[in-house]
Amino acid sequence: MSEAFQIILLAVDSAIRLSVPLLFACLAGLYSERAGVVDIGLEGKMLIGAFAAGAVASLVPNPWLGLLAAVMASVLFALVHGFASISQRGNQIVSGVAINVLASGLTAILGNAWFGQGGRTPQLPSGARFNEITLPLAEAARSVPLVGEIYYQVISGHSVLVYIALGLVPLTWFLLYRTRWGLRLRAVGENPAAVDTAGLSVTRLRYSAVIMAGILCGFGGAYLAIAQSAGFITDMTAGKGFIALAALIFAKWRPLPALGACFLFGLLDAVALRIQGVSFPGIGQVPVQAIQALPYILTVVLLAGFIGKATPPKAVGVPYLKDRS
Amino acid sequence: MPAPAIQMTGIDKRFGAVHANNAVSMTVEKGTVHGLIGENGAGKSTLMSILYGFYHADAGSIAINGKPSLIRTPADAIHSGIGMVHQHFMLVETFTVVENVMLGAEGGAFTARGASAVRAKLQALSYAYGMDVNPDAVVSELAVGELQRVEILKALVKGADILILDEPTAVLTPTEVEKLFVLLRRLAGEGKTIIIVTHKLKEIMAVTDRVSVMRRGEMVGTVETSNSSPADLAELMVGRRVVLTVEKGPANPQGVVLDVKDLTVRDARGTVRLDHVSFQVRAGEIVGIAGVSGNGQSELLEAIAGIRKPAGGAVSLNGELLDCGGRDDPTALRAKGLRHVPEDRHRMGLVKPFEAAESALLGCSDEPGFGSGPFLDRDAVLADCVRKMEAFDVRPADPRLRTALFSGGNQQKIVLAREIERDPKLLLIGQPTRGVDIGAIEFIHKRIIALRDAGKAVLLVSTELDEVLALSDRVLVMCGGRITGERRPEDTNEQDMGLLMAGVSSDAPKVAA
Repeated sequence: MSEAFQIILLAVDSAIRLSVPLLFACLAGLYSERAGVVDIGLEGKMLIGAFAAGAVASLVPNPWLGLLAAVMASVLFALVHGFASISQRGNQIVSGVAINVLASGLTAILGNAWFGQGGRTPQLPSGARFNEITLPLAEAARSVPLVGEIYYQVISGHSVLVYIALGLVPLTWFLLYRTRWGLRLRAVGENPAAVDTAGLSVTRLRYSAVIMAGILCGFGGAYLAIAQSAGFITDMTAGKGFIALAALIFAKWRPLPALGACFLFGLLDAVALRIQGVSFPGIGQVPVQAIQALPYILTVVLLAGFIGKATPPKAVGVPYLKDRS
Repeated sequence: MPAPAIQMTGIDKRFGAVHANNAVSMTVEKGTVHGLIGENGAGKSTLMSILYGFYHADAGSIAINGKPSLIRTPADAIHSGIGMVHQHFMLVETFTVVENVMLGAEGGAFTARGASAVRAKLQALSYAYGMDVNPDAVVSELAVGELQRVEILKALVKGADILILDEPTAVLTPTEVEKLFVLLRRLAGEGKTIIIVTHKLKEIMAVTDRVSVMRRGEMVGTVETSNSSPADLAELMVGRRVVLTVEKGPANPQGVVLDVKDLTVRDARGTVRLDHVSFQVRAGEIVGIAGVSGNGQSELLEAIAGIRKPAGGAVSLNGELLDCGGRDDPTALRAKGLRHVPEDRHRMGLVKPFEAAESALLGCSDEPGFGSGPFLDRDAVLADCVRKMEAFDVRPADPRLRTALFSGGNQQKIVLAREIERDPKLLLIGQPTRGVDIGAIEFIHKRIIALRDAGKAVLLVSTELDEVLALSDRVLVMCGGRITGERRPEDTNEQDMGLLMAGVSSDAPKVAA
């Protein structure tokens, strides 16, 4: 096969890897915002999750325990957000910002205090990480042109978390559109008063969505720290939670388009990595910073006018208060 | 005699300093249509919200069909066979009718089976009661009358034996109201119990068997409708005799003040809201716009008042062509003698956290006498507010009190005083008495007529048909952004107006028989 085809395969493969944390965070935001709770704390929850995963996996060399720790830490933060914005009816943006600031500070301080490596967690051995899985027949299929190559290069050879993330997309669709919980969740994000008068608890539904967001952010954080890398690095989420929010708007709060949006942003990232240091005819070498800014610029451009009108769930960001009249 | 469907005893509820329900008791017999009336803030909505489990009573007990029931949540109420149609519909706009009806009664963890069960029930019920609703229509695309049908069906599908309707007729045309009442009578005939909360005395007389009247958080009496009259009920509501009819002499129209030609307004989405509307208002006459809310009346007022830029047409004031929403913004129009009392005083007319004197100054702070340069003369502002409060009988006459703490009627008087006291040539007035108590209605109506008699032009928009007919010298009816007819109040009746409001246009004015 031609070299160009190989390059495309490699780019797609690395785009998948890079889009997975976005996808976890984006789906997390989808549950939360579909239930009417704005979640700009995706970033912070992923970060604390990544730290917990890195820390626990470095002490107990088992990635599943690392994942569990990530989920627990992230859900704890989600509950803080839930308490502030659902029970106390606080401002959801402020609460989300607080979570981001808290996670960023806390991980740096605890990391330094516990491990003394400048905020990092110790380098993880292979047994403490989620390693790449070679799917059945991948080696054999490798020699089959096109289909076999795609199977080997792109589909096989990812960690189990990648497959979980991809599986979550149809699962989320099913939960939202085919189950009782999903119906209620969507209703509470559009008109909580309708849910309340139907004899259902707005509080309970919103908490369930926020906890779901916490679980998924935990997965995203664990992926960053113990699947993609071999340990936690200070501020390793690097704005992925915000890009995920952009992807959520881009996808108009729907699960299948969310996959597309996250993949697109992942692809941009992959391309940015690949063209670093490459000299372009007429331009010369493009500064790394300019390339790294590319996904953000594209996000702004796309959100500014190329996706049509993205109507958020009607009650998003509004604390539910029985009106007293 | 069977046990009453509902027996509420000694219900007490406070919201902070407000005693919303003070030892209220109410008995509703099975199979009857029971009216609950009272002025705004009398506590009727609170009482019904307690019955529906939306609020908790501080004290008191409820018995349903003779059985003491603890209703702590709407789920308990639904379980006891109580259904409620709220004034503001409790529907999810992005959902279909089926999804809305099944919410909370899905019949299992997955929605597929429940949906088909609900669909079957819906079809059976709409067939039985002649309520035509497409189960797969998305709610945001339905008309208001249909939304109400969905709400009623929602309660019936969940097995309601007791149906509470809160201000159900506010959004309906007279024909739709009549249909609704036929349905309610029929449901009552089948043994269901209906409670209808309203402030419209005429409707109470038309549909109920019995009426309970509330005043200031207390139940002041329950009477047989057949032994009562609107005047009696009004007296019970207000606590004193009130004049329900508006007295006014014949109009003496002079020259044209407002001339509107082919006015067209589109909303942000490009939908036509106002479609080539033309009419004139002369000095010394009140022109009323009737119609079900949402048929372009708001857009009409906002366009003339310079808040919204029209897509086409011409508006002239005293012969001068206006550039509404452009050069002629509200400030410029005020200078030309146009004053506007907006439909929704909370959204546009007042700032609720401001003190009354500040609300009474909105839009007028640049006038000389209220200060110089960038500074406000606070004493002058307060003195001016006190003067207006006296002229309009605002109670309490305290200019430093927060606007939100005045009753609806007194808030409206503050807005009216602000606009009328500035001697307008043309007054636009929307919903002059929405959320205003009966006592204040009388006063407001008198002031509007006095303004007319002083030779001013008045354009009045109200969704209360009786109000439009009582005040106006000419009535224009709007439907779907068009004027569907013009009548003199003395030459028309409710049926005729109802047809025009529903869009059945007939340009030939009916000759009074």
